[in-house]
Amino acid sequence: MRATVAALIRKDLQLERRSFESVPAMLMFSVTAFVLFHFGLDRGALAGDLASGVLWVTLLLAAVLGMNRLFVAEREQGGFDGFLMAPVDRTALFVAKAVVLFAFLCAVELVAVPAFVVLLLEPGIGQALPELLAVLVLANLGIAIVGTLIGALGVQTRARDLIIPLMALPLLVPVVIAAAEATAPLLESGGADPFPVRWLGVLALYDAVFGLLAYAVFDFLLEE
Amino acid sequence: MATAATGGSAPAVALEGVGRAYGERVALREVSFTLPAGQTVAVFGANGAGKTTLLRVLAGLLRPHAGRAIVLGAELPREAWRARGRTGLLGHEPLLYRDLTVRENLRFHARLHGVAAARADALIEAVGLGARADDPVRTLSRGMTQRAAICRTVLHEPELLLLDEPFANLDPGGAATVAPLIGRSSGPARVLISHDAEQGLADADWVLGLRGGRQAIWARAAEVGVADVRRLYA
Amino acid sequence: MTFGRGLRALSIASAVLITGAFALVFFWAPNDADQGFVQKIFYLHVPLGIVTLCGFVAGGIFGIQHLRTGERAHDLRSYVAIHIALVLAVGVLITGSIWARASWGQWWVWDEPTLVSFLIVFLLYACYQPLRFSIEDPERQARYASVFAIVAGAFVPLNFLAVRMAESLVHPRVLSTTGGAMPGEMRTTFLVALVGMACLFVTLWKYELASKSASIQLRSLKRRLAGDDGLAPLSRSAAPQQL
Repeated sequence: MRATVAALIRKDLQLERRSFESVPAMLMFSVTAFVLFHFGLDRGALAGDLASGVLWVTLLLAAVLGMNRLFVAEREQGGFDGFLMAPVDRTALFVAKAVVLFAFLCAVELVAVPAFVVLLLEPGIGQALPELLAVLVLANLGIAIVGTLIGALGVQTRARDLIIPLMALPLLVPVVIAAAEATAPLLESGGADPFPVRWLGVLALYDAVFGLLAYAVFDFLLEE
Repeated sequence: MATAATGGSAPAVALEGVGRAYGERVALREVSFTLPAGQTVAVFGANGAGKTTLLRVLAGLLRPHAGRAIVLGAELPREAWRARGRTGLLGHEPLLYRDLTVRENLRFHARLHGVAAARADALIEAVGLGARADDPVRTLSRGMTQRAAICRTVLHEPELLLLDEPFANLDPGGAATVAPLIGRSSGPARVLISHDAEQGLADADWVLGLRGGRQAIWARAAEVGVADVRRLYA
Repeated sequence: MTFGRGLRALSIASAVLITGAFALVFFWAPNDADQGFVQKIFYLHVPLGIVTLCGFVAGGIFGIQHLRTGERAHDLRSYVAIHIALVLAVGVLITGSIWARASWGQWWVWDEPTLVSFLIVFLLYACYQPLRFSIEDPERQARYASVFAIVAGAFVPLNFLAVRMAESLVHPRVLSTTGGAMPGEMRTTFLVALVGMACLFVTLWKYELASKSASIQLRSLKRRLAGDDGLAPLSRSAAPQQL
């Protein structure tokens, strides 16, 4: 299982490096969205829950771009068939794709969050960095799990670019709620407020529930 | 229904009344035959007769809706996992990632099947793609892509080859290089879809003719003439 | 496959209970001390909401059954449950909005976690039929729909938890705060309304199941008579067309 997952991840990272389809698009989208928010809100500097909301909505919408692309190569170039005929555990595909989406999200955030700080954030985030990282990691995990499941669900349909966001975004509302609520105190202008740890609990619960659920049902999406 | 007894080895394929539908449209109906290990069956039929569906059922990608299908001793779909990794499918799609190189594609498949990377490299040389092995698949001509796809098909040394017009895009030189891999002398049992009646008949031990999803011909290749095959397309 | 058993008894029971509930609401249950007459929409809104959520979760359970056994009848049950629940959900949102307008002067309040989480659930399930419609192969359609129903069904409680934690409680928690202390008449009326609504849901569900399974069986009989190519092919549909 581990070897299969490793082989799949390696293949996807090779493909991304060769074609640059996902990460640059997600990144460009994020920065563009920040610019749009600046003009839309007519504010040069955000703090607190407004900043938190702008950041998380942008990251979520950027994630949708990644979800749309996640299984396209498999679908269009026969990757599903090749995988289905191999003597491997089929859930490895779910694990590998979720890891890849998680990695893409982390890569995007590595640039997008500093961009956010520079473009839109009024206070600094130096003092709250560890907490912010914890929120990012847990939220990315939830987005990766749900995104992989919905990506697989949607890739076989005709209007996949529309139906994947329509399904994934409501499912990810709890992630937005928890992540935004957790991040808001970190971005307050007067210095970071105490960190509401219970929201990390909500994220962890969400990740656990959907992780187990996705693991259980994913196989059914691959049969024919 | 003619069957042949071969020594002690189990048949590669044993189908009994197998059927498969897409919604209401029946693609295969009451297909029954037995293919002994190591032998070849040529499959003929017009477009839409069910040849590709048959191949995908044998590959374990489609579940049969009726009848019994036993491939390499494993009953589908219940025991499909037992046959996985022992069949090789060459369809119309090369099943290669266009943006990866030939070598990367084959090494990936090698990892999936637990085969050494060296075998992938050896196959690349054997089909004459050594010079282009590190170019992305999308830059290859159709003939070269076909050769790469053939490498992928035989990489894990399958016991049953499922070939859909394998020589279609190959020039005579290309066909010669791949013959030892997927030709009659290569060893595994073969299910070979072909539109070339003469070549198909010459290359096979058995003939399966499909018309409208039903089995119209099942006989030894020696007993079937080109005219019989042509009638399937009428 | 007969889905129509007990349909007449259920219909009568639903009619009786719903009429009874309305009678109780208007003639027996006392006016709420805080909100006055307007509060009576609660007897419609909350039972509808509970029944709708149960319908969604039932859709998920039938989805699990379908994946486990492969029987398409479970997929039909799942589809109809979600389909009816979605229609009723519109009713929940409308009655909730009316209540909000009458009680707090606005057509929509974000402070009310139940209503907000309901909106999110509604948006999610609104994708169910488009998803089904966009998959042509009927077997795959049923399988993917079951996966969706299961994931969405698991989502309902999680979502409710998250939204409730996020919003302050403005909605009069008539069930929980006055729950134990709800005066007897209000509680009885509420229970009658709840049971009546549940009966109504099951009745509608059975009706639609019977109707759909009848047309499916009719079609398969026609096919057997006319031969495979004798009938015009089925047009695409989100609803299951085979059993």
